[in-house]
Amino acid sequence: MQTNVMDREFVHSGHVGCPGCGATIAMRFVLKALGEKTMMVLPACCWSVIAGPYPQSALKIPVIHAAFETGGATATGVRAALDMLGDTETTVLTWAGDGGTFDIGFQALSGAVERNENFLYVCYDNEAYMNTGIQRSSSTPYGAWTTTTTGRDWKKLRKKNIVEVLVAHRIPYVATASIAYPDDLLRKAKKAKEMKGSRFLHIYASCPTGWRIPSEMSVKIARMAVQTNIFPLYEVEDGLRYTINYKPREYLVREYFRLQGRFRHLTDQDLDQIQQMVNEDWELLLRKAGERA
Amino acid sequence: MKRVLEGSHAVAEAVRLAKVQVISAYPITPQTHIVEILSEYCTKGLMNARFLRVESEHSCMAALIGAQTAGVRTFTATSGQGLALMHELLHWASGARLPIVMAEVNRALAPGWNIWVDQTDSLAQRDTGWIQMYCEDGQEVLDSTLQAFYLAETVNLPVMIVLDAFYLSHTYEPVDVPGQEEVDRFLPPYVPKFQLDTAHPCGFSPLVAPGDYMEMRYHIAMAMDDALIRFGEIEDAFAAQFNRRYGPVEAIECADAEIIFVTTGTVTSTCRLALRDLRAKGEKVGILKIKLFRPFPCERIREELKGAKKVAVIDRNFSFGAGGIFAQEVRAALCNVPDHPPVFGYIAGIGGRDVTPEMLTEIYRQTKNSDAPKKESVWIGLHEVNNAD
Repeated sequence: MQTNVMDREFVHSGHVGCPGCGATIAMRFVLKALGEKTMMVLPACCWSVIAGPYPQSALKIPVIHAAFETGGATATGVRAALDMLGDTETTVLTWAGDGGTFDIGFQALSGAVERNENFLYVCYDNEAYMNTGIQRSSSTPYGAWTTTTTGRDWKKLRKKNIVEVLVAHRIPYVATASIAYPDDLLRKAKKAKEMKGSRFLHIYASCPTGWRIPSEMSVKIARMAVQTNIFPLYEVEDGLRYTINYKPREYLVREYFRLQGRFRHLTDQDLDQIQQMVNEDWELLLRKAGERA
Repeated sequence: MKRVLEGSHAVAEAVRLAKVQVISAYPITPQTHIVEILSEYCTKGLMNARFLRVESEHSCMAALIGAQTAGVRTFTATSGQGLALMHELLHWASGARLPIVMAEVNRALAPGWNIWVDQTDSLAQRDTGWIQMYCEDGQEVLDSTLQAFYLAETVNLPVMIVLDAFYLSHTYEPVDVPGQEEVDRFLPPYVPKFQLDTAHPCGFSPLVAPGDYMEMRYHIAMAMDDALIRFGEIEDAFAAQFNRRYGPVEAIECADAEIIFVTTGTVTSTCRLALRDLRAKGEKVGILKIKLFRPFPCERIREELKGAKKVAVIDRNFSFGAGGIFAQEVRAALCNVPDHPPVFGYIAGIGGRDVTPEMLTEIYRQTKNSDAPKKESVWIGLHEVNNAD
């Protein structure tokens, strides 16, 4: 596959991401798409550390580090100030993890998008509080081990469907993307950049440290999440028009789960149940996209 | 021009005259009159500002942190629970060295629900790195708000203008509202010392290791010390333009006073009345009004109080397990002064209860008749209370 990725770099060497960090790959691609006229709001997440300690910064755009729960609100203020200063060109980007999006930052995000604030919110999703040491979040999937869901207390609740929550706000653009599909990711980031109002990108970003996978498996696992329908690639405009971007060849979820230490404890019976849940979700998405009656 | 304004609108007029560019607010009684009128000014084009109608006080302060970092003058107002919810971001605003200005209308904290005056909400934020000014009347509110922008932007620290719920926020008084040209001669336009800039990308408020964090905190401490000096200079500039001055403290008939009341906010006005009556009876009494609480003007307070025989601090607030907060601070300021006067602590007007001239006269009488304080705090006007156990 030929991928046409721009040469420009905004993530520099010296960042302190773990080997194989999906969040770092995601940042690199998104900033390539958005370009230098971008200001970033960075609530507490892995990237608060990855960007490097004072006085260094691995990011070659202005960054305002922000309190954990303030991604939507801080961006609201940055946008308002830029508008008052006559700068309508710069893209305001909030870059948050799943904890800062699904959980503690949920109110500020919902508030900001209800007001249709003119900014792009990217959630890079590694499915737990990885920065603090792999604690469960409401993004942690059914079946996962984390340091707060250990042994027989592995998580037996579904992952919150954040994309559908954002869709319900009827904002101009909501899309999923994956580090394993850079063309699709770049296209969506560029498309979002050109739009006005609230835009939301949900990027699947594998975490070798927290998922208990070898670092070289990071992109492969992310690709399998799409191929198994665990993380479908789709976009929704104005909360109504669904487009599914990738139709998988129906791989079994078993393959995806067996490669990750965080799911090691699951039995064949558990995996059958998970397969059924994934199938249900996929059918529901097909119906929303008008591809099933 | 003299106008009859409520305290809330005196704040709003100052914010309009200061040409604030981004205002953010969340509704909470009794602060709402301030932001309602500012919202209307923005809608009618009387102000060239963006008004952000956010979904909580926490998001309100976060939005101002974002806006101020991007390079504009900002303002908000809140009370009680709203200020408590902002707490984390109050530390953030000062730590990020952002000159945000906020009006805080003192409101008692729940439970039980109480919308009336009590200073515990703002005093509980004393260690957040905000400059705090307590105001007595509508004119002082307007003047202090204008000065607040100047001071905040000079030392790069946020400022809280504090006013009593209802007694000040909802009381109408004649207030001299200056013209725009006069204000422009006093208050320079906002020029940020740093801001988000795509031409010069920097990371603001990043991870800071122990090797640098302590120096950053010391810088804030130095800025707070500097604020005390700058406050005086800004008052000089304000007095030159408007012929009004308040001081970090105001000493009222303290020179020959044997007993000095220490007051803040609107209780000061009531105390002025009690003072007049007591003086008429030949009592040697004075008042030290504290306006500036952070930075705390220790030297001035020591200077004004050291000649008194006794000091009676009136606190409309309480720190459980410790006492009235102004009394604690005054005791701490005096403790290294040899032979300093004893400090009597009185708690009055909690949760909006009226503080009357009779109560203040009673406080005077109790102080005069005691050689030394028997307790850290004496609660004034309490109904009979049975120990719940």
